Amino acid sequence: MNIQLGILLVLISSCFIQAQTTTVCKTGCNYSSIKIAIDSAKSGDHIFIKKGIYKESNIVIYKKSLHITGEKGTIIDTQNNGYGFSVEATDIIIKNLTIKNIEVSYIKEYAAILLFKSYDFEIENITVENAFFGFLIQKSKDGKIHNNTISGEGKAEADSGNAIHLWHCENVKITNNDVRRMRDGIYLEFGNNSYISNNYSTENMRYGLHFMFSNNNTYENNIFEANGAGVAVMFSKKIKMYNNVFKKNWGTASYGILLKEINDAELKHNTFEDNTVGINADGTNRIIYTENTFKNNGYAIKVHGACYDNIYSKNNFLYNSFDLSYSGNLNSNKFENNYWSNYTGYDLNKDGIGDIPYRPVKLFSYLVNRTPESIVLLRSLFIDLIDFSEKVSPVFTPENLIDNQPLMTQVTW
Amino acid sequence: MFKILKYSFFDLMRSSWSYVYFGFYLLLGIVLLFLNNDLSKAVITLMNVIIVLVPLIGTIFGVMYYYNSKEFTELLLAQPLKRSSIFLGQYLGVAISLSMSLILGLGLPFIAYGLFKSNAIWDFSLLLIVGVFLTFIFSALAFNIALSNENKIKGFGYAILMWLFLAIIYDGLFLMSLILFEDYPLDKVSLIGTMLNPIDLSRTLILLKLDISALLGYTGAVFKQFFGTSFGLIVSFLALAVWVGLPVLRITYKSIKKDF
Repeated sequence: MNIQLGILLVLISSCFIQAQTTTVCKTGCNYSSIKIAIDSAKSGDHIFIKKGIYKESNIVIYKKSLHITGEKGTIIDTQNNGYGFSVEATDIIIKNLTIKNIEVSYIKEYAAILLFKSYDFEIENITVENAFFGFLIQKSKDGKIHNNTISGEGKAEADSGNAIHLWHCENVKITNNDVRRMRDGIYLEFGNNSYISNNYSTENMRYGLHFMFSNNNTYENNIFEANGAGVAVMFSKKIKMYNNVFKKNWGTASYGILLKEINDAELKHNTFEDNTVGINADGTNRIIYTENTFKNNGYAIKVHGACYDNIYSKNNFLYNSFDLSYSGNLNSNKFENNYWSNYTGYDLNKDGIGDIPYRPVKLFSYLVNRTPESIVLLRSLFIDLIDFSEKVSPVFTPENLIDNQPLMTQVTW
Repeated sequence: MFKILKYSFFDLMRSSWSYVYFGFYLLLGIVLLFLNNDLSKAVITLMNVIIVLVPLIGTIFGVMYYYNSKEFTELLLAQPLKRSSIFLGQYLGVAISLSMSLILGLGLPFIAYGLFKSNAIWDFSLLLIVGVFLTFIFSALAFNIALSNENKIKGFGYAILMWLFLAIIYDGLFLMSLILFEDYPLDKVSLIGTMLNPIDLSRTLILLKLDISALLGYTGAVFKQFFGTSFGLIVSFLALAVWVGLPVLRITYKSIKKDF
């Protein structure tokens, strides 16, 4: 036992002895250029960059495990020339830097930090300004990306990139980042087992968060505000979405969440506020929507075809123009135990469940789907009349689409 | 004109109908606020009430007042007074007293509830402005109908029919034509269609400030440009002003021509 401990101690101390700290600054340090410092460093070294503006770009770290930290006020200006850092290494840490002015290209995906086949990486406290791509992470595993701020100045989707882009990655934790004015805020393409939390994604041209062919991911406690089209989850399985806030996504093709070909996902405790469409579901199967709040949306939920076995229960639908729009048959989807602010029934036996079933689909929402311009008649007396007659004897709306046990009070959690 | 206005106004202020009207709004405001506990939602409910009831009450009051004060009007006509000032004075008396009942009746409970500290104050002021416009428009229309019909029953019938048409039937026809011509670009047509009915116009104006804004994106660029900007707001108010102006012009014209 003692021998083992001794060996361990020796090993640890030998690690410390090997690791060297080199400093970089304009004058009076080991090096004045980050590039040269990295080129001459050994694997396991620490590099400390003192404050100042460094006009360097395409800094390559190849098969070297380095810990790079900056002082407050350390700025790397790539002057619109290629990548900031381009890394292919294991056990890499990059911390406390500002990286500016990434080149916009229509051929290459220039990023402030490019990680390729890197394992055990950590990117922390990096501010990227005027970014094309922020962090582009490819074929990497086991990393942490936290407390970063990334902002771009692209004008159109074509000439802007994504803030945090994962491609073929596994097990990455993305937390506490602030991403804005990019194409996608956070984009996972073939990214599995990742965890995304406490990020703030806003004013992005396309999606605040985007999943493509990415399975078993969790995102929670994020805020997505005023993005081109909110959050998109496409062609993915087993995504868990908890405690997120989706708000102010306005536009013809804007959604809180766009769900396309999703299986076995779970949405819980999310808030959808002031979106044109809260959730747009197309080809989704076995999804559980529970304890979410939909408030002041144009449409709370829009269900298109090919959705099977979805369960909507214990959600709050508050003051939405339309609670639900539905195409096709009910297809064994269930709406039960939700609170609908438009519900007008009563509860005689006082068990908290309304005695009359609620029909969330209105005739008018069907009409608006056909001729969008008829939206100018919203809340008109005539529309109230035809909605009422449709409620009494449904002709156009699916007859069995009913919440049989609507709640009388809001769900709290 | 102002003397007649003053007379009509105080005459109406003393009448029990004004108090009933005032009391109704007061009660509505109190019930909505203190049973609802949500100011924004109360504003939405109020909107439903205002765009339906205010025109109805304006219409009925206008017609009723004209027929009731007919003998007095004929007495005034024998005096050396301008005809237009007699009728405009009476019209303004009705419209102003109704507006006052509306503003006070709704305003008091909202102020008591703490409106000035709330964000809903702009929604609420818009609601009142629109309510006042509707009162002016519909009492003017009612005066027109009453001036053109000697027969009381006929006059009441036409007035109610006008209200029914603008409040309900118009929207039905509008919707049907939208669905009928759904293959064509309809955004401009529907904008114009909205402008042509003061009730639709007021409703759209209020909804812009409330929940339709989230749906704006859904309906395409023309709507967004029009409703999303202050230009739309100004045009809508101008249209409402025209809706007041035209019937008032016809009142003066008709009153000069009319054979008593």
